[in-house]
Amino acid sequence: MDTTYNNGKAKRTVFTFLKYAVLVIACLVVFIPLVVVFLGSFKNNTEFLSSNVFALPQKLEWNNYKTAFMDGNVLLGLKNTGIILVISCIGTIITGTMTAYVVQRFNTLFGKIMKGAFLVATLFPNIAMQVTVYRIMNSFHLVGHMAAPIILYIGTDIISIYIFIQFLNNISYSLDESAIMDGASYFTVYLKIILPLLKPAIATVLTIKMISIYNDFYTPQLYMPSEKLAVVSTALYRFIGPYGAKWEIIFAGIVICIIPTLIIFLCLQKQIYAGLVNGSVKE
Amino acid sequence: MKSQNNLLQKNKLGRIRSQQLLTVILFLLVPSILLFVFTYIPALNMVRYSFENRDQFGQNVTFCGLDNYKTVFTTPEYFASLKNSVYYLVGSFIQLGLALFLATILCSKIRGANFFKGALFFPYMINTVAVALIFRRFFQRGDGVTNTDGTLNTIITLFGGDPIKFLSTEGLANICLVFVSIWRYIGLDLVMFIGAIQSISPDIYEAADLDGANRFQVFRYIIAPGIRPIILLQMILAVKGAISVYEIPYIITGGKFDTSTFVIQTTETAFKYQKVGLAAAMTMVLFLIIIIVTIVQKLVLKEDK
Repeated sequence: MDTTYNNGKAKRTVFTFLKYAVLVIACLVVFIPLVVVFLGSFKNNTEFLSSNVFALPQKLEWNNYKTAFMDGNVLLGLKNTGIILVISCIGTIITGTMTAYVVQRFNTLFGKIMKGAFLVATLFPNIAMQVTVYRIMNSFHLVGHMAAPIILYIGTDIISIYIFIQFLNNISYSLDESAIMDGASYFTVYLKIILPLLKPAIATVLTIKMISIYNDFYTPQLYMPSEKLAVVSTALYRFIGPYGAKWEIIFAGIVICIIPTLIIFLCLQKQIYAGLVNGSVKE
Repeated sequence: MKSQNNLLQKNKLGRIRSQQLLTVILFLLVPSILLFVFTYIPALNMVRYSFENRDQFGQNVTFCGLDNYKTVFTTPEYFASLKNSVYYLVGSFIQLGLALFLATILCSKIRGANFFKGALFFPYMINTVAVALIFRRFFQRGDGVTNTDGTLNTIITLFGGDPIKFLSTEGLANICLVFVSIWRYIGLDLVMFIGAIQSISPDIYEAADLDGANRFQVFRYIIAPGIRPIILLQMILAVKGAISVYEIPYIITGGKFDTSTFVIQTTETAFKYQKVGLAAAMTMVLFLIIIIVTIVQKLVLKEDK
């Protein structure tokens, strides 16, 4: 009796130890590439080439950061990404909620056709579609302008509309119907009832949207080739050329671009998880 | 009196009806124009261009029937890039398995579970280009003049091994790229699985505990069925993901050493070699694959319900 109890206890200890060991190894795999970047970003070129990748920098070389920020256009990239992000997010929320409201609440033929059209559009392969979208953008003279990615982020974001529609499915009609019977206009209902009720869905969409725009490389690279219109991704990508052999500067650029992400992640961790889980379940 | 009431009612309904129509038109005006101009016109053009010989400027366009499609299916390069999707597909399944394993560990009694979850998830938030550059360096084999060995080769040398040319060896390069992809995306699967596991009612675990179920049985009979739908969904999305790989190989190896993917080939055909007709045919092939996968997805998930 006693031995089986002890046996079970020993087994459990080994098991617990293994669990932590697995987690620690997984974290090492995540952190090692990142730590090397952080350490390297503070070394000067000679030290970078002569020291071990894991060696601590002898003296903090802030010049790498200065070079990355100014000459490497990371600062400009952060600014441009910020502008695009804000306009696209506001645009997506306005058009997305309006579309979802009309399509989900009113039983009109036009609404049904639009719903079907949006559904079919989710199947188009995003990047490959640019083969022909480019020509259209070009004919509107939008290539080389911030409007191009903004329009694509707003106008072709079908997933967001679907998240809003799904969310509206679960909101009872009674509130908006009685408001209409009391003489409120549809626009008032949208603004005063639907929009506030959609807050959790808006949070979900914002989360997914922000991550995808901040990470997008293809759209800005194709439509904004000029250096003045660098966003974070394209500014970093251009580091490969001039700083090809200067990893310490590339690393500084990477660290700068990770910092805002890290801050946002630490502050909004719970919302981000919830947003991604809600967003995927709606697929 | 009654008829007057009816009339009023009718007027009111009529007013509501016409206001409804106006709202529909006004609210859908901008989204429908955007959808039409930037999704459907390009999609229709795609079909037309795929039968044409044309460049990016649309000059000297000639109809060429199925020639573009023939080229897609007979050029070994394009097939090779489709074959590379298999690497990513296998990688995605390994990723799903690993994520599930880590998720079950994190859902058991673990100290610092939130820290581990956050740490493993964080790579998903990092900018794609940054991730690609980090691993370009991580796998680097130094030339001894301008560049030293990267992190992985330093570790290998530390343990007395010989440095390896990870990114310029065919086959190995693809495996490295798949590793990067797992490193970046596993956190998303992990968060999904944890969410699904935690949505299973704790009462069920308690009952199982009282009945003396062991860990494996709990996983087999409670966790696995509970998260089945999300696993199926992630598996299907993995197929779509595997044929749409673009950024990671494009930035890390530039598609060299047999690491090109179908999407890289498509965009290069369109924008580097200016063969828009051919690129359109390639996009159509991609589109067909996605449709087939989606039909399978609908069938599988329907059956599951």
